[in-house]
Amino acid sequence: MSDRVKVALYWCASCGGCEEAVVDLAEELIRLSNSLEIVFWPVAVDFKKSDVEAMPDSSIDISFINGGIRLTEHEEVVKLLRRKSKLVVAFGSCAHGGGVPGLANMYSRDEILRYAYIEAPTVINSEGALPKELSGGVGGELELPKVLKLLKPLDEVVDVDFYIPGCAPTPDVIKKSLETLLSGKLPPKGSVLGASSKSLCDECDLNKTKPEKILLKDIKRVHQVRLDLSKCYLSQGVICLGPVTRGGCGTLCVKGGMPCTGCFGPLDNVSDYGARALSFLASVIDYDDEVQAEKFIEEYIPDPVGWFYRYNLPKSLIKGRYQRQGGGVHG
Amino acid sequence: MSGGEFEPRIVVFACNWCSYAGIDLAGTSRIKYPHNVRIVKVMCSGRVHPEMVLKALEEGADGVLITGCHPGDCHYISGNYKAMRRYLLLKKLLGELGLSDRVRLEWVSASEGERWARVSSDFVEHIRKLGPLRLKEVMEGE
Repeated sequence: MSDRVKVALYWCASCGGCEEAVVDLAEELIRLSNSLEIVFWPVAVDFKKSDVEAMPDSSIDISFINGGIRLTEHEEVVKLLRRKSKLVVAFGSCAHGGGVPGLANMYSRDEILRYAYIEAPTVINSEGALPKELSGGVGGELELPKVLKLLKPLDEVVDVDFYIPGCAPTPDVIKKSLETLLSGKLPPKGSVLGASSKSLCDECDLNKTKPEKILLKDIKRVHQVRLDLSKCYLSQGVICLGPVTRGGCGTLCVKGGMPCTGCFGPLDNVSDYGARALSFLASVIDYDDEVQAEKFIEEYIPDPVGWFYRYNLPKSLIKGRYQRQGGGVHG
Repeated sequence: MSGGEFEPRIVVFACNWCSYAGIDLAGTSRIKYPHNVRIVKVMCSGRVHPEMVLKALEEGADGVLITGCHPGDCHYISGNYKAMRRYLLLKKLLGELGLSDRVRLEWVSASEGERWARVSSDFVEHIRKLGPLRLKEVMEGE
């Protein structure tokens, strides 16, 4: 049809923010449409799965996939896209590390379904109906995809060539990633595109106000303190995960008065982001006494998983809450 | 695997200056300690990164025991305090992940061969009661 680069975009378990991020490219998107041809993008363009199935293998140049893998349907479509694509790019935190939906790995499949369909205060479901894989409906039998036991990052299901970080990736990061992908000079497989290879602190304006050593007797949350926006948040007792998080976002949150929560994920060669974050946070505890240190943790760090693995629990070494068969939790 | 046959696999991180010497002392003094331990010598307990502990569990350890010099005795002055703070936070994290009681921190000095034998036997028996972890199998199974 043309010599434009053929791209597909797909969403799995995600919020739609990554799609929004693409639209946020604004005028850039119009300029790009001269060099890109969208062949599949369920949220915006009317192509069906059968259209993709009809394409020859490796005929799509790049597939951008966002969201974590939560359903058998996700597995099916990403495997199809992998077969049809030359390059597969994990787009955004969820595809990269599991993202916020990945925190559902703290619960069993049964607990999630029960809560979402029966127990949630906004739900009225007096019959206690749960989604069934096969249900009779108008127009015949309907087959629903199965919910997987755990949400998985994209690279656990298919081979991933590159990663674009962020929740959601900023327009600048997307632009830089596209430039790299379209330049023909590809970085080594598995690279994180569009971002920095250094930690966020490296590009943060407040870094010069960061003290040599940060030691805290207490931790303050953002609503408990009037933050001085010109001083490193860590020095003000507010935990910012900048030191262990990949830079490249332009410190948008920090500029907006919020500490970094780690959406760009780990730096290269880190196998477990949360372990790094944990280690960093342990290093700022200003107590040598075991009892006092334990009290500090008890009081200020009530939910280490939510804090350290907010964007990448499924990618971590443990992957989620350890649960024996039958949903029973074992300690 | 039934409870009777289960032999826990325990990874031990032992600091070069106190604990490893203490374990060595147990050996040269012919004090018995369980064969379940796989000892990894590190220069300091403060060198034991939480990533290493999680990796051990992920790769098949049923429990991890971190050992170091008693508070105040660290060869590098404060490494064991770092280890203690990391351990306390890691313990809390593991509790949330349903894995509490699988990791322990103990101080063993170079002269405490007896203590090492007691500490390691206690931990092995404790893990034996908890049963096999089989983390990968449980997390990746259907």
